[in-house]
Parts: sequence; C-alpha cells; structure tokens
Amino acid sequence: MLNTRLLSLIRKEFIQISRDPRTLVLVIVIPVMQLFLLGYAATHDVRNVPLAVFNQDRGPEARALLDAYRAADYFRLAFDAGSEAELRRLIGEGRARVGLIIPPDYGTQLQRGAAQVAFILDGSDPTVASTALAAAQLIGQAHGTQILAERLAARGVALSLTPPVEVRTQVWYNPDLEAAHFMVPGVIGMILYALTSLLTATAIVRERERGTIEQLIVTPIRPWELIVGKMLPYVSLALFNTVEVLAIGAWWFGVPVRGDLWLILGISVIFLMTSLGIGLFASTVAHTQQEAMLTVWMTLLPSIFLSGFFFPLEAMPQVLQWLSYAMPLRYYLSIIRSLLLKGVGFAEIQGDVLALTVFGLVIMTAAVVRFRKRLD
Amino acid sequence: MPPLIEALTLHKSFSHTRAVAGVSLRVDGGEAYGLVGPDGAGKTTLLRLLVGALDADSGTAQINGYDVARQTELARQHIGYLAQRFSLYGDLTVLENLRFFGEVRGLGEARVKARAEELLRFVGLAGFESRRADALSGGMKQKLGLACALIHEPKVLLLDEPTTGVDPVTRQDFWQLLIRVLAQGTAVVVSTPYMDEAARCNRIGFMHSGRLLVEGTPRELAAMLNGRVLELIAQPKDRARRVAQADPAVEDVLTFGDRFHLRVAEPAGPLARLPAALAEAGVTVTRLRAIPPSLEDVFISLLAQPDGK
Repeated sequence: MLNTRLLSLIRKEFIQISRDPRTLVLVIVIPVMQLFLLGYAATHDVRNVPLAVFNQDRGPEARALLDAYRAADYFRLAFDAGSEAELRRLIGEGRARVGLIIPPDYGTQLQRGAAQVAFILDGSDPTVASTALAAAQLIGQAHGTQILAERLAARGVALSLTPPVEVRTQVWYNPDLEAAHFMVPGVIGMILYALTSLLTATAIVRERERGTIEQLIVTPIRPWELIVGKMLPYVSLALFNTVEVLAIGAWWFGVPVRGDLWLILGISVIFLMTSLGIGLFASTVAHTQQEAMLTVWMTLLPSIFLSGFFFPLEAMPQVLQWLSYAMPLRYYLSIIRSLLLKGVGFAEIQGDVLALTVFGLVIMTAAVVRFRKRLD
Repeated sequence: MPPLIEALTLHKSFSHTRAVAGVSLRVDGGEAYGLVGPDGAGKTTLLRLLVGALDADSGTAQINGYDVARQTELARQHIGYLAQRFSLYGDLTVLENLRFFGEVRGLGEARVKARAEELLRFVGLAGFESRRADALSGGMKQKLGLACALIHEPKVLLLDEPTTGVDPVTRQDFWQLLIRVLAQGTAVVVSTPYMDEAARCNRIGFMHSGRLLVEGTPRELAAMLNGRVLELIAQPKDRARRVAQADPAVEDVLTFGDRFHLRVAEPAGPLARLPAALAEAGVTVTRLRAIPPSLEDVFISLLAQPDGK
C-alpha cells in the first residue's frame, strides 16, 4: 500500500505542516484549552447557588435555619436583603438565583407548633432550579426532623427514625456521580471530532486556491493516494491530540482509565478516519477554504447535539434517536465512556466499533470518488 | 513517426462561452509551436485540454500516441507542464519541490537526486536548493517551474505564458533553455503574449475566440502582409496620423514609438499621394517607405477581420 508516490505525498504534507507553526501551535494548544474550559463548564453539578435572604425574624430559630442552609454546599448566602422588594430585585437582576423569606413571627410560630418560610426560585434555568428545589426541600425536611427530635428529646422521648424498608443503593462505575467523569470523555470525543474534521476541511481546497492542484493533477498520483496521503499525517497529529486530552482528563479531572489504553487508541484511529474523512470530503466539494470550513461546521452542531454529548439520547423523541444512529460521534462517545469508566473489553463494544469502521470507509470512499483529477 | 502532439477538432465550452472551438494541432519532436492571441482567446484552455486537466466536450488529443481522455496517466507520463499561475509549493524549498515532483512521477531516490542537480545547474538555480519557493523572484520561480516540468524527461513540454511578468534578461535565459530542450527532440508548445518570442518558434498558431485563425512559420505569417505595410516618420504626429488615415488605401495606422505603421490595401497609391498631402497639411516627413511586415502587424490585421480571411 505504501508506494513511493504515497510516501512522498505524506512527507510533503509533514513538511508543510511543520512549516506552518501557527496552525501547529493551535492544533496542540486548542484541545487543552477546550478541555479545561468544557471540562469545568459542561457539568450538571449545581453548587454554590447564590441565595438572598430576607430575614424578618433574626431570632435564634431563624439563625438555626440559615445555618442549616449554609451547611450544605448547594447554597451560598450571598445577600442579606432588607426588604421583599430588594430580594425581588436581586433575583430579577440574576445576582441571586434563589430567595428565602423568613416571616417576622417565625420563632414564635415555631414554638407554638409549625412555622412557614417562603423559598423563591428563579426557574429560567430548569437544571439549576430543579436541583435547588430538591436541595431546599431536603434541607428544610432535615431541619424540621431535627427540631422534632429535639422537642421529643426535651420531653424525654427518644425518637427512632429507622424506616421499615431500606433501599440500599449502589452506584457502579462513577460512585460519586461526578459529572466530570461523564462529561470529560464526551469532551474528548467532541474536541477530536471538531478539530480533526476542520483540520482537513481545507487540505485539498487549499491546493485548489493556491493553484498547486494544477501541477498536482498532471502527475500520476491516484485520487485514493491523494486522499490517504493527505489524511495519514493528520491522523498522527490527531492521535497526539487524543493522547494529550486523555492524559489531561485522567490527571487533572481524575477520570478513570479502566479500559485497555491500546484498545482506546486503536478505536480512536478508526474514529479519526471518519472525522478526517468528513473534512476531506468537504474539501473535495467546496470551492474555497471558507466554504469547506462552513460545510464542516454545519455538520458539527447536529452531530454534537445528537451524539448524547449534552442531552441523554434516551430522553429524545424517537425520530431523533433514529437520526442519532447516523452520527459517528454517537458511537465513539458510547465507546470511550464504556472504555474509560466501565473498563469493558472489545467484546462489549464491537457493535459500535463496526459502525464506526463502516462510517470511516464510506466517507473515505466518497472523498476518493468525489475527487476528480480535473480543474472544472 | 507519428507527431508527439496531435489534437483533432477539440471543443470546450464553459457555461456560456466557447473557450475552444474546433482546434486541431500537430507538433513534432524538436519543434517549438507558439500559441499567440489576445487574452481570453482560449490558449490556456487549449493547453489544459492537451494535458488532460480539462475534459474536452468533443474532439481528441493524443500525446506520444496516447489518448489524453482515455489513457490519461500514460499520456501524462510524457508531458511536462508549466501552468500560467505559479503552481509549485511556496512553503517547500527549491530542492523539496523538485524532489516531490520527481518522486510522484516514479523516479527513484538516486535518479531524483542526480536529475535535480543536473536541472538546477541547467536552469541556473544551483546554490538556491534550500530557499523556499515563495522567496524566489518571478523569473527564478519560472525557472524552477521549468525544472519541475522537466524532471521526468518528458517528450512533450507545454508552457502557458512562461515569461509573462519576467524581466527581459531572464526571458532571454529562459529561451536559451528552451532551445536546448528542443535540441533533445522535445515537442514544445508555448503560449505567449510577446511577438518577439513568437518569432522564435518554428511555427505559430494565432488563436482568437477559441479558434486557430492562422498557422504557419513566422516567415509565412509575415508574408501575408507582404508589401502592405508602410513606415512613416513625421512631425507633428497627430496631424500626420489624421492625414494618413484619410487616404482611401490606408486601412489602419499603428503607432510604434516614434513611427507609424500604415497597413495599406496596396502600396503604390499611398506612396504617390501621401507626400503631397502631408506637405500640404504642414507635416514634415522624415521617412515614408514600404517595409517588411512584422508579426505584430499581421496579428493586428487578423484581429481587425476576425474571420481570418
């Protein structure tokens, strides 16, 4: 397979890549930056939600309630509002996401029996709101139970809080349910997909724009040699990126690498064939570099959203679930999450690997067929 | 022996324009064929059809006996091609470019090395091996282009305006190189906007609106206007021009620096009438005589009557 023409094409590409330090730096630095950015940003963990309190009581009972909220790291007591209007304003401006209103007679009501507090949530972000809602209720209930227990104890009754049925939960693969362990492998897949497909999007159309294609097509280079010769140098570059983001994911974000590293890299190469192939295909279709980049860019968003990267595929309408099978990234995300977190072997993922291989071969063939050694 | 280049009634249209309309061409080894014609005449398209970079709508082209459309790669093995636009890799060095184009044409490492050394000396780029092609001057770029086109010792060399934008000294060098290439039996087709270059070719084809209007040796073409060009040097110039144009036998007046070339239907009438007419208008005539026509006179006359007859 490796003939002289192919080898000299590959060498030429390597020389050109190495003479383009700006691109090279971007290719090496951007994945790291993106991983850090997205690794932290792409998380469903809700912590330190800013809380505005309008405390009209200020007695020891009210203070105890606030302490309970403070103790959990879901909320941060950010503002002490002087009036309901101020609290309303703080939430309206988005400086506080939740508000707690303690009525003036909270302490006396509580001593008499039961008291009420108002908890206000900014529902514009449902993810934050639903987590905050659950947390607020949980903290309130726990605090209530504690007050009840103290009261009974004061009357000399020991309260046993053991429920008759106990559900003992066990979480596998990601016992602390850390979002990073789910998100970082996704970010790795997404970065590789976006970076590599954009990288090759310009590869052939650049020759067209610079006019070098005219000299290239009168040489006996075969279309498949040109496509493969353009791709292989970028595979090695992209493989470096894979190792780079995997290493950062493991060391910095503590994502476990339970599967076989060689298996991960091997499957990544298959996946890269697909993403680089998409770029090359766009490059054979487009007339300018911008057109090629834009074409790739337009395919990127649907593949990211329909790959299960942000939104669980199970929650999508049936039609979109079917459509997601057309997204190579879907298979890679599923594979890399299984390999990293579950440490499965090849047997468990072979279906997905087969799908990826088919994608890679189809898109590469399409690029070869599409590339004609003609100027018009 | 069959001709190295043989094209039969090539046609090529782009959406609305007929770029090449029925061109036939034969070029033998050792022959330099000059393609001249105004911009947009179809010279570049014709060369691209010959090299197989474009597919002809109809007609055939053969290079060394191989059909360009059906045996494209076989035909290309015998073609060296220099495009009008610089089409080597600017971010590769002189030697890297030569090496790349040598290797993709199947030359072994030792052969590429020897050939590159020979060609760099031949085109005068020895010593510039490690300079990036982008950093070369216009003339050096064209010499490198020629070296790359010659690396596989092609039998046919197609050059699209190789000396456009190149200084006169380098143009001279370039033609000396071509003469040596021709001496090895290579068939050369070169398109050029320069008449002095066209005059160096064995044969010239004049293209206009996609058609080859006339073809012949420089001598044959110039003979088309034999006896029909007068040279006039006179002052003041604008008045002299007006008087000359008024003569019924004068078809066209061209300015060449300090002199005019008058294209005439027949020379005797104007030679008899003009001295008196010019004197009457107060024009001082330094010279009025019949001269052998230049290629430029011929081509401008052809453009004036684009059916060519």
